[in-house]
Amino acid sequence: MTDLPQSTNTKLGLVIDLDICVGCHACAVNCKEWNTSGYHAPLTDTDPYGADPTGVWFNRIHSYEVERPTGESQTVYFPKSCLHCEDAPCVTVCPTGASYKRSEDGIVLVDEDMCIGCKLCSWSCPYGAREYDAFEGVMKKCTLCIDKIYNENLPEESRQPACVSTCPANARHFGDLGDPNSDVSKMVKARGGYDLMPEQGTKPVNKYLPPRTRQMEPGDITKKSKLEDASPDGGFLGWLDKVLTD
Amino acid sequence: MAASQQSIDISPIVSDKVDTTTCYMCACRCGIKVHLLDGKIRYIEGNPDHPVNKGVLCAKGSAGIMQHYSPARLSKPLKRVGERGAGEFKEIEWNEALEIATSWLASVRATDPKRLAFFTGRDQSQALTSWWAQQFGTPNYAAHGGFCSVNMATGGIYTFGSAFWEFSEPDWSNTKYFLMFGVAEDHDSNPIKMGLSKLKNRGVKYVSVNPVQTGYSAIADEWIGITPGTDGLFVMSLMHELLRAGKIDVDYLIRYTNAPYLIVENPGGSDHGLFVRDGDGQELCWDRVTNQALPFKDPVLKPEMKGTFILPDGRKARPVFELLAERYLDNQYSPDAVAHQTGIDADTIRRIAAELAEVAFEQEITLDQPWTDWRGQHHEKMVGRPVAMHAMRGISAHSNGFHTCRAIHVLQILLGSIDCPGGLRYKAPYPKGFNSLPKPTGKPNQIMPNTPLPGPHLGFVQGPEDLLLNEDGGPMRIDKAFSWDAPMASHGMMHSVIGNAAKGDPYKIDLLFMYMANMAWNSSMNTSETIDMLTAKDEGTGEYRIPQIIYSDAFYSETVPYADLILPDTTYLERWDCISMLDRPISDAEGAADAIRHPVVEPDRDVRPFQDVLIDLGARLGLPGLIKEDGQSRYPGGYKDYITNHERTPGVGSLAGFRGLDGAKKGKGEPNPNQLDEYIKNGCFWYDKIPEEASYYRHANVAYLDYAAKMGFIKDTTPIIFNLYSEPQQKFKLAAQGHGDHVPPDHHKERINKYFDPLPIWYEPFDQAAVDITEYPLHALTQRPAAMYHSWGSQNAWLRQIHGTNRLYIPEPLAAHHDINNEDWVYLSSRKGKIKVRATIMRGVNSKTVWTWNAIGKRAGAWNLDEDSKEFTEGFLLNHLIDDQLPTNEHNYNYSNSDPITGQAAWFDVRVKIEKVPSKEQTAKTVSTPHFDKINQPPTMPNRPSIIGYAVKKGAS
Amino acid sequence: MNPAYSVIFFTTASGAGYGLLALMGILNAGGYLPVDKWFGLTGFIISLGLITLGLLSSTFHLGHPERAWRALSQWKTSWLSREGIIAVLTYIPSILFAIGWVFFQKTTDTYMVMGLISSIGAAITVYCTSMIYASLKAIPAWTHNLVPPIYLVFSLATGGLILNAMLHVYDAPIKDISIFCLLTLALALVLKLKYWKDIDAAPRKTDLASATGLGDIGTVRVLDKPNTSENYLQQEMGFRVARKHAEKLRRIAITTFFILPTILVSVTFLVPDLALATTLIAVPAASIGIATERWLFFAEAKHVMMSYYEG
Repeated sequence: MTDLPQSTNTKLGLVIDLDICVGCHACAVNCKEWNTSGYHAPLTDTDPYGADPTGVWFNRIHSYEVERPTGESQTVYFPKSCLHCEDAPCVTVCPTGASYKRSEDGIVLVDEDMCIGCKLCSWSCPYGAREYDAFEGVMKKCTLCIDKIYNENLPEESRQPACVSTCPANARHFGDLGDPNSDVSKMVKARGGYDLMPEQGTKPVNKYLPPRTRQMEPGDITKKSKLEDASPDGGFLGWLDKVLTD
Repeated sequence: MAASQQSIDISPIVSDKVDTTTCYMCACRCGIKVHLLDGKIRYIEGNPDHPVNKGVLCAKGSAGIMQHYSPARLSKPLKRVGERGAGEFKEIEWNEALEIATSWLASVRATDPKRLAFFTGRDQSQALTSWWAQQFGTPNYAAHGGFCSVNMATGGIYTFGSAFWEFSEPDWSNTKYFLMFGVAEDHDSNPIKMGLSKLKNRGVKYVSVNPVQTGYSAIADEWIGITPGTDGLFVMSLMHELLRAGKIDVDYLIRYTNAPYLIVENPGGSDHGLFVRDGDGQELCWDRVTNQALPFKDPVLKPEMKGTFILPDGRKARPVFELLAERYLDNQYSPDAVAHQTGIDADTIRRIAAELAEVAFEQEITLDQPWTDWRGQHHEKMVGRPVAMHAMRGISAHSNGFHTCRAIHVLQILLGSIDCPGGLRYKAPYPKGFNSLPKPTGKPNQIMPNTPLPGPHLGFVQGPEDLLLNEDGGPMRIDKAFSWDAPMASHGMMHSVIGNAAKGDPYKIDLLFMYMANMAWNSSMNTSETIDMLTAKDEGTGEYRIPQIIYSDAFYSETVPYADLILPDTTYLERWDCISMLDRPISDAEGAADAIRHPVVEPDRDVRPFQDVLIDLGARLGLPGLIKEDGQSRYPGGYKDYITNHERTPGVGSLAGFRGLDGAKKGKGEPNPNQLDEYIKNGCFWYDKIPEEASYYRHANVAYLDYAAKMGFIKDTTPIIFNLYSEPQQKFKLAAQGHGDHVPPDHHKERINKYFDPLPIWYEPFDQAAVDITEYPLHALTQRPAAMYHSWGSQNAWLRQIHGTNRLYIPEPLAAHHDINNEDWVYLSSRKGKIKVRATIMRGVNSKTVWTWNAIGKRAGAWNLDEDSKEFTEGFLLNHLIDDQLPTNEHNYNYSNSDPITGQAAWFDVRVKIEKVPSKEQTAKTVSTPHFDKINQPPTMPNRPSIIGYAVKKGAS
Repeated sequence: MNPAYSVIFFTTASGAGYGLLALMGILNAGGYLPVDKWFGLTGFIISLGLITLGLLSSTFHLGHPERAWRALSQWKTSWLSREGIIAVLTYIPSILFAIGWVFFQKTTDTYMVMGLISSIGAAITVYCTSMIYASLKAIPAWTHNLVPPIYLVFSLATGGLILNAMLHVYDAPIKDISIFCLLTLALALVLKLKYWKDIDAAPRKTDLASATGLGDIGTVRVLDKPNTSENYLQQEMGFRVARKHAEKLRRIAITTFFILPTILVSVTFLVPDLALATTLIAVPAASIGIATERWLFFAEAKHVMMSYYEG
C-alpha cells in the first residue's frame, strides 16, 4: 500500500557518525554480502569481470573534501543508504503498492512480487537509495536487514543490520529513533545529528552525526603554544642539574 | 493491503553450519564466522569473540565470497610449454609436478644449496617456510619484509626490543594523545579503526602525519601534510624542543635505558664511541655520589647524565644522554631550521612539542597496580605518560627509514612513554632484546651440500663479525642481505633477488622458488626490467639466466606466466594455517594469542595447500627435520600434522595453546594430538590474558619477564634495556674507518661510515639526491586502499566495482598551474621512466606530492578479466617510475635503491615531474602507458560469467 | 535525467493523440467537424493509435510489463496510477464516440456527450502524465508550475496540427482551426521560453552542502565516487548535456516546433494552394520539435541525488 502510515511509533533507523567514518567500505560490502542471499536475493552484478562492472548495492560510500574558511581541507567519508523516511516519496509515488512503509517499525520495503520496475521510486528518492536490478526487473533497496534484526536463527548479538555489526570504526548505530530514550536518540541529541536535505521534506529517519570540531588550535591542549627554555641563562642542559639532585 | 506484504519471513534460515576460521584477505588475521548452506558460503562476518577484531570485518573480509569463487583461481598444476611470459601451459598431475620439483631441488641441494633462492611474498607461514629452507640448507631465504617494512622491525627491535605494527599497539583505552606517522590502511587495520574510534569518542587529540589526507588521516584532529621522507627531521625537531625545555623523563631514562651509559671518547681509536665496560663486560655509568664508574646494574648507582669523565685507565668518557642532547639541541634541528624542508610551519612544530610535553608531564595517569622491576624495586602504582605513537610504511619505505623509525622511538623514550599506561604497549611475544635474538646464518662454513643450515637465516647482527660474507668481503646471499650493501637486512631483500640472479651478481642461481609474490608486476620496482630479467637468456647457451622457476599461488597473476612449474594453492577457506608465536601472532597488548585456519569448504579443483606441498617435498628430499629415521615422512598428515607435532625447541611448537597431553599447558608443553580440535572449538584461536601485575613496563617488569620465560617467548628473564644509543651502529662505523677484524672493502667504506650512526640521523633520501630536484620537483607515493590489498582484489567481482581503476591524485595548486582538470591525461616522469595516466584533483595532499592507490593497475590477460577492463586500459602502477638500483656511484657500483642499513626498498623516495598530455592527444581511445602486451591464459581457466546473481538461500535457484 | 526514448515517445505521441482526441470531442460538440466515416476513422486511428502506441511504449520499458495492471491500484497517492486509470477509462467514451462517428455517422446526443467526456478524460490524462514528473521534488526543474500547462498546451498544439492537416486533406479546412494552431504554438513558445529562463536562473535549494550537511564546516567538493564504473543511479539520473549543446538543441526545438509550423500554417492563409502540403509537413516538423523539447526536458533536469556524485 503506498499510503504512508499516519506515523509509526517505532522508527527504526541508522545513525552514521561522520566524525569517525574512515571510508573503508566495510559496511557497503558486508551489506552486499548479507543481502545478496537475503530478502532481495540476488543483488545482481553485471559485467563483473569486464570493462564496466556494476551491480546492485544498497549502501555506497562517497568521499568529499570540505574547505574550511581558514583554507584547510578536511576529507570526509560519506556512506549513504536508504534513510527510511517518515514521509517517503518513494512510497507514495509507487503505482502498484509494491513500495511500502511498515507501520510496526517504519522500515520502507519493496515487495518484489508486486513491483513492475517502472523506476519511478528511484526518481522520487532525493538520496539515490533505490536501485534497479535490470536482470530481475524490480527495484531493490536497503531493508534495514529485516531478515537479520529479528532473526531467531541468529544469536542475539547478531540481530543488527549487517553494516552496523561490521563497521570496524563503530561509526554506525542502529535503534529506534522514535524513542527519545534510546541510545541512538540520545546520541543524536548529544552530537547534533541532522537530516540530509531537510528542504526535500522527506523527514528521513536516519541521522548523520557531524564531524566534531578539530582540536588543532593553539590553546586546545596547552595554554602556551611553545615550550619555554629550561636553561634560559645558557649552559648546556642546565636544567638537568636541578633534576639530578639526590 | 496486499497479503504478500504481511508474510515476510523475518527469521529465515541463514545457514546449516557456521564455522570459525581466520580471514586472509589481508594480514590483519581477523577471526571470522563463515555461514554455510548446503556447502556453499552464505555469509562471512567477524567473530565477536575474537581478540583481534571482536566481531567487526572490513570490506575485504566481507568480500571473501567473491575471492573464493573468483574465476581467476588456478585449478591444476601447470608446466610451461611456451616461452616464459607466453602463458602457454599444459596441465599436469600433482605427482608429476612434485617429481619435477623434487628433482630440481635435490640436484641443487646436492651440489650447491645456495643456488636455490626460496622467497615468499605475503605468506603467513614463515615459521614453516623459513624452517624448511633451513633444513634444505640454502642461505637464500626470506619473506617479503625487505621490500615491505623491515625498517620498522629493525628500527624498533634495536631500540626497544619490539616494533610498531605487529609487535606493539597504542594503549587505546588510556592514552591521552596520539601521534601517528605514515600510516594508511594496511594489515592490522581493524584494530586501528577500533582504536581510533575509541580515541574520538574519548575526545583524545589525534594527530596524523601523512602527506595524504585519506582514511585514518581524514578523522584526525590535526592533519600534518608533511613532505615525504622528512619525518625524521620533524621528529628530531620535536626532540630539540623537549630537550630545550627540559621536558624529558629523566627518571625513566635512568631506570630503563642506556642514556646513562658511558661512551668512550677517543676519536681515531678503535674503541671510540663504544660503551665503557668492565672486566665482566658490564656497561658502566658514572656514579655521581661516589664519583666513579659503576655498572648500570649496580643497585647503588646514581648516574650522571652529562659531563666528561676520566676513567681509571685514563680514557675519557661521556654519557649517552649528553651526546644525544648535544646532537639534537643543535640549531639545525630547531623548528625554524626544519620548517621549509618538512613543509611544516615552525609554529606548528613548537605547538605539537608543547602539547606532547603537556600531556606527558602534566596529565600523568596512574593505575593502582603494584609491580616489581628487575632491580628488585617495588612500585606501588603504574604511572604513565599517556602519549602514544604509531608509524608504518610512510616511514619505512624510504632510504632514511631506519634512522627515522629509531628517531620516533627515541622521542617516545624521552617522553617516558614506552609500555607505560597510555603509551605504546608491547604485544607478546615481545619485547625481546635484540642481543637475545639469533644472528643470521649463511657464512661460507655454514653452507654445505645436503646439510641443513645450523641456524635460522634471518636475525639481528651485533657487529660486522656477524655479516654473511665470502672471503672477498662480498655477499654470501643472493639478495646481498647481511653484506656491506645492507648489513642489518633482517628481513632479507626479496626485491633484489631476480635482478641479482639474472646478472649473476653476486652469483648465478639454478632455481628460484617463490610463493605468493607478484614479482613480475606490482611487487617489483621497475616492472619491465624485472620481466626482462625473468626472461633473459644467456647469450652463449641460449638458456634462461635464471634456469628454473617454481611458483605457487592461488590465482592467475601476472607472475604465473613467467614460471616453469606452477603449484596451485588453495584459497584461505580451504586450508589449514597457523598464525604462530614463532612468526607473527595475533597477540594484543592484554594477552598472548595465536590462531589457526582450517578448511571450511572443500576445494572443487585439483589444488593443494602450499604448506602441505612443501612438507611433501621436504619428505621426498629427505630433509632431516621432515623425515623420520626410517626415511618416512615425519608429518604424513601434512601441514596439520606439522602444526600439531613439530617442536622447534622442546615443548615449543607452532601453537602455544592447549599444549600437553591434556591440553592444559600453555606456551611450553608436549604436543597435544587434539590441539587443533581444541582451537576449532575455541573459535580457531587461543588467548592467554597476561597477568595484571605484568601488564606494563614489561621490558623491566619481573612478573612479565617470568611469564614470558615460562611461556617460551624469551630464553631467560634478562630485562630489555632501551638503546637510545645503538652500539652496533658504532661498530660498523668503526669498521668503515678501518678498525677491527672485519673491515669493508674500500668502495663501501664511505657509505658505511656516513650512514651508520649510533644516534638517529636524517639525510636526504637517495633517489632524491640522485636527481636535480628542480627538474623533478614532486614526490610520488602510493597507499593501500582500505577495500583492496596489494594485487589481490581485481579478481574480486565486488571489490573491483569500488576500485576498478585508479587515478593520480594531484594537489589543486599544481593542477591549476599545469591547467590540468579532473580526468585529464598527464605524463608523470622520473629519472627512470615515464607513465601516462589520468588525474584527479585533490586538496588534502602535500603541495609537492602526487599519489595513487597501490597495485590497482593490472596487465591484460591476468586475473581472468576481459581484455578491455579498466585495470588494463586506465589503471596504472607507479612501479615503472622506480629504479631498483641507485645510479652508478664514483666507485662504479650500483647499490640497490634501498635503505643502506637494512636494505629496505625505498619505494617512496622517487622524484617526478608532471606535464599535461596535449589536448589533441586526449581522446576516448587514450590508454595508460606503459602498456604491456596481453598475456595468454591457460585454456583451462574457467569462463567468466557476464552476470552474477549470487544467492545462497533455501529455495534459491 | 537519462532521456529514455521510450518515455519521450510515450509522452509526445500520447500527448498528440490525446490532444487530437480532445479537439475532436470539443469541436464536434460545436458542430465544426465533418461527420464523415473516413474522416472519423482517420481521426480515431491516429488519436487512439498514438495513445495506444505511447502507452504500450511506456509499459515495454517496465521490468515486468506483465504486471502492469497492478499500476492501476494506488491512485490514492500515485500520479502514475491515476494516469493509468484515467487513460484506461478514457478508452470507453472514446471508443463509443468512435463507433458513433465511424459506424453510424452519428455524433450528436449521447455520442456528443461521449465525445466531450473523452475530451475531459484526455485532458486529465495528460495532466496526470505531467504530474508524474511535476510531483517529483527530487527533480527541481520539473516542479516548476509551468510543467503541467506546457504538457497540456503541447498536447493541444500537436493535436491541433494533426487535425488541421486532416481537415486540409479532407478538403474541409477551417480557418479558425489554423488560427487555433498558431495561437497554441505561440503559447507553447511563450511558456517554454519562460520555463527555460526560470530553470536557468533558479538557485539550487538542494546542493552538496544540504545533501551532506557539511556546509557548516565549509565548502564541500567531491573527491571520489563510490564506484569506479557507473552504477544504475548515475546511468538513470546522471545524464549530462553540455551547456552549449543544450542551447543548440533549444534553438532546434524552437525552430521545429514553433518557427517552422507557424510559417507553414501561416502559408495556408497566404498561399492556399500550398496549404495541403504545408499543413501536412507541419506535423512531422512539430513532432521533431516536441521530441527535442521533451528530450531536453529530461536531459536538462538535474536530479538532486546527483549532487552526491558531481557536487
